[in-house]
Amino acid sequence: MLTRAAHSVTGTEAVGPYTLLRIQRGDLDPGLPGQFFMLEAPGRLLPRPMSLCLATESELAFLIDPIGPGTRALCSLELGDRLAILGPLGNGFRLDVERPLLVGGGIGIAPLPYLSERLDNPPAVLGFRTSWHAEAAALVPNAEVVLEPIYVTEVMPAGHDVLACGPAPMLEAIRALTPHAQLAWEAPMACGYGACWGCVVRIDGELKRLCVEGPVLDAAA
Amino acid sequence: MRLLNASGCLDALTALEVARSLDVFVTKTVTPMPRAGNDPVRIAEVDGGMLNAIGLANPGIERFCGDTLARLAGLEVWVSVGGFSVQDYADLAARLDGEDVAAIELNLSCPNVDEVPESVGEVVAAARAVTEKPLYAKLSPAVPDVAETARAAEAAGADGLSLVNTIRGLALDERTLRPVLARGPGGLSGPALRPVALAAVHACRRATALPIVGMGGVATGRHVLELLAAGANDVALGTILFSDPAAPGRIRAELEAELAAHGFADADNAVGAAHEADLPTLHQRSRVRVEKHLHTGLNVAG
Repeated sequence: MLTRAAHSVTGTEAVGPYTLLRIQRGDLDPGLPGQFFMLEAPGRLLPRPMSLCLATESELAFLIDPIGPGTRALCSLELGDRLAILGPLGNGFRLDVERPLLVGGGIGIAPLPYLSERLDNPPAVLGFRTSWHAEAAALVPNAEVVLEPIYVTEVMPAGHDVLACGPAPMLEAIRALTPHAQLAWEAPMACGYGACWGCVVRIDGELKRLCVEGPVLDAAA
Repeated sequence: MRLLNASGCLDALTALEVARSLDVFVTKTVTPMPRAGNDPVRIAEVDGGMLNAIGLANPGIERFCGDTLARLAGLEVWVSVGGFSVQDYADLAARLDGEDVAAIELNLSCPNVDEVPESVGEVVAAARAVTEKPLYAKLSPAVPDVAETARAAEAAGADGLSLVNTIRGLALDERTLRPVLARGPGGLSGPALRPVALAAVHACRRATALPIVGMGGVATGRHVLELLAAGANDVALGTILFSDPAAPGRIRAELEAELAAHGFADADNAVGAAHEADLPTLHQRSRVRVEKHLHTGLNVAG
């Protein structure tokens, strides 16, 4: 069911350049790591797709990079503000992996804290532009952190089941190294539930909707 | 008054319950051959609305009829069709004539493809010749006189008008100043389109006797009431469905309150309330939709 309901902000905190937005969980299903929610961005026409970063019994939290008017509006929310939330949506990570390795780049680490918890804190490799951005690594246990110009692909140990989220060039590089990786992509979305056809990416040679087919895709796709 | 979705703003196969909350499900535009659509980026939020340049992505008419249509069973389905020549539209209308669809909407106004169909009158007449299905002409408001186009559609045998399609807009990237959308321009929808839609519906209501499906920026029951007052008989929801899939139920409830507050017995009584002088008597053709539907088997396409 596409149930959208208003939830209260329970707090926000700065994490490097990012904002961790905490929402009252209510009866929201956190879904699988890698699934996403459409968050109403105050004053904007369209909601913004955000993967879940952390789930507790009383809260859901989203890690947001204020890069545009919608994400800036979300980062400006204050305690007690209410916003409509739709989700969880899309397909998350498969958790039936034997030797998980989490790989994240920049704001792409957003789904990894929740993923790490669900997989009992496996090793992680995280890459950031600066040490300021890397403050977000504190959200992911057992993480090795690299800063540019070192890339995550240079320090990824072999022989793991890779679950990754990050910028497209990083995901392409991981795809080339580990064809069995699970990769979480992003695309601009108006709806998040298959209605607008705005979020297409090339999958198996065809333009398909990331919100319906993904956002987590097998590297071989 | 029926509540529909605007073509291209809902996929009943991924959101059946949303389609069921409407009176009519209008498909994304179907073309003769399959189309992949435009490369991403395809959408952008802008001041007062959003742009899209999807590019008529669809499986083509044969796969649509052979696969998609069967999966829409139980819904009242209007099929939006788009082509690149008069013959395309005639072929599409003929192909759908024997199918279980309630009406055909001729998309005569997509802003996101390079190939421009020929005159509205020619296209409507060619489709009219091969089908008894109700034909709705979906028009662009981005013309000097949309009422003239509406009269041409009526003269050619259209059963109704869908007003309006999006109008062309451009968004530039905050940092690079390059167009955000891969295609460059896109169709503008949302709040900024609403006064444009109201003006088009108002003008066409005065110019023709055809039933009108009004659409463009509708987000509340008040917006529906205003389109009805301008002269729409039915109303379609577009961009609002993206942010709020529960919009149909909410808007119906808001409309009930608006109608009561303005003293209208029902929605149909509000139609044309914005007009002072006598309006053309509503064309009756669309009112016999059910009877015509029963007879479609007797009509040989072409």
